[in-house]
Amino acid sequence: MNAIKGFVLKTISFVTGEDFWRGIVAIIVFLLFWETGSRSQSWFGVAFPWVSQVPAPTAVLQEMYRLIQDPSFWHSAYLSTLRVTEGFLAAMVIGIPLGLAMAVSKTFYGISFPVFEVLRPIPPLAWVPAAIIFWPTQELSIAFVTFLGAFFTIVINVIGGAQAIDVRYFQAARSMGSSTWDIFRRIILPGTLPSIVVGATVGIGITWAVVVAAEMISGGGSAGSVGGAAGGGLGFFIWNSYVGGSYTQIVAGMISIGMAGYLSSAILRKIGEWMTPWLAEG
Amino acid sequence: MQQMTQLSSLAASKPLSVGSEIKVNNVSKSYGADNFAKEVVHNCSFTIDRGKLTVMIGPSGCGKSTLIRLVAGFERPTSGTITIDDKPVTGPGVDRLVVFQETALFPWMTTYDNIMYGPRARNEDTAEMRGFAETLLQKVGLSAFRKKYPSQLSGGMQRRAELARSMINKPNVMILDEPFRGLDAMTKKLMQEYYANLYNEFRRTTFFVTTDIDEAIYLADRILIMTNIPTRVRAVIDVNLPRPRQVENVVESDEANAIKMQALGLLHEEAMKSFARGSKAAADFIDAYSKRVGKQ
Ligand SMILES: Nc1ncnc2c1ncn2[C@@H]1O[C@H](COP(=O)(O)OP(=O)(O)OP(=O)(O)O)[C@@H](O)[C@H]1O
Ligand SMILES: [Mg+2]
Repeated sequence: MNAIKGFVLKTISFVTGEDFWRGIVAIIVFLLFWETGSRSQSWFGVAFPWVSQVPAPTAVLQEMYRLIQDPSFWHSAYLSTLRVTEGFLAAMVIGIPLGLAMAVSKTFYGISFPVFEVLRPIPPLAWVPAAIIFWPTQELSIAFVTFLGAFFTIVINVIGGAQAIDVRYFQAARSMGSSTWDIFRRIILPGTLPSIVVGATVGIGITWAVVVAAEMISGGGSAGSVGGAAGGGLGFFIWNSYVGGSYTQIVAGMISIGMAGYLSSAILRKIGEWMTPWLAEG
Repeated sequence: MQQMTQLSSLAASKPLSVGSEIKVNNVSKSYGADNFAKEVVHNCSFTIDRGKLTVMIGPSGCGKSTLIRLVAGFERPTSGTITIDDKPVTGPGVDRLVVFQETALFPWMTTYDNIMYGPRARNEDTAEMRGFAETLLQKVGLSAFRKKYPSQLSGGMQRRAELARSMINKPNVMILDEPFRGLDAMTKKLMQEYYANLYNEFRRTTFFVTTDIDEAIYLADRILIMTNIPTRVRAVIDVNLPRPRQVENVVESDEANAIKMQALGLLHEEAMKSFARGSKAAADFIDAYSKRVGKQ
């Protein structure tokens, strides 16, 4: 009950706040500029540079309205979401324990960190050809590249977070009789949690960027063949729109990726807030 | 046995005193390599009696925290020995609990979970312990704040929660390093009262470091006055004021004032020595205390 009241009050104060209206006005001005720009040829007889090439927002909106009734669009969105989820979850499942192990054990850190640091700067997309060769199916290749996108960010955040835990917490815990396992469970894990949340939120954003690019590169070629789900996805959808010359569809596809990325970050942030209540203000 | 009787006569209101006895014998501590070694503690000896509250007071930077780390077992002396119940200290132990100046409550745990940390760590989450936690919450005035996280508590509340978190473990020795430093005057006075009540109730051997002479007299059974760096005990003053004490009574009592004058004189001398050597810390110290003495 209180939570609902709090939410309502927060929403009201947000909607009546200056920031909210500033944001609304900014978006409206941006859309007006865009609409005017892209229709400049027909309205003023002069094509504005760059923006005149872009489909107008109203046209994009119309296209999006059409797309949300189109099952094949939803199938593309589903495929990309699935890959993001797989890659992201794998990155969490492997990255968190690995990061913790690296932060906790000096020996393990000494062995694995140099390797990690050499691999980390390689852009995930540079892995695409190798991934296609290494993995038996295209689906796995894409999922692997997606995984890499989130993996390094998560690991780096976990290591940083765990190492930044104040030594006084360990001293205090030890002097109260904590065992090593107890310290790990009740000091290191919760102490690292805020950094895990940050790593996950940033990581899933990268995951969307990577999955779309990987889908474009690997193409939809194998759709229908073995591992039938391979290919497709929003990246391929955009690429296909480009090949087919449907520019409104390109922009609509772009916007839906932006929204998907925003939504997944927002969901993770909410889960993060729920898991780290001590960071809430007030 | 002889010691027990001696104790009970002093602690008239609560004869039961528990905890260990700490002996510091000819302890020296230097930092740095041989030729550049800086001696911080020099040939220092003192005893902290069982169940007594011993307050160490000395000029800032003289080496008090160093002595605390030695007794706590976080560091080893360069020479000399420290024993607890005649057993040499070789490292940190569950029998000793240290409360530092900066709060070290776990930010991710509520007040209650922080207090229950020790019992749970030792698999003692029993009804008895939970009851004790309730008592302590009440004693430090935090019952209504049990579900709050440290970041939602004021500085004084955090210190109180930390005291409760230490107390619940019933350590044989409580070690407190300037636990109320940096709190405003009002909060500090309140904290001293809360703390004195806790001590009166649970009587553990306590090693309490401060730079505040009023705090020392209000709390102590015995005051150790330390010399400047390299530090050792300059004088031992027993404070035989009856417990429970009231801050106001202590301020007004002749005995307290006599102790205060004596202690300030000694501290002043120590400060002057290092002032002659050009120490900024000592200059600040003299400044602060001349103001205090001037107010008398
Ligand atoms: N690990 C260390 N290495 C080198 N010197 C140290 C170390 N720890 C403390 N010292 C030195 O020992 C001296 C005493 O420090 P200590 O913290 O024990 O004093 P203190 O009496 O607690 O001071 P304060 O009143 O400021 O708390 C200082 O000059 C400090 O520089
Ligand atoms: Mg100190």
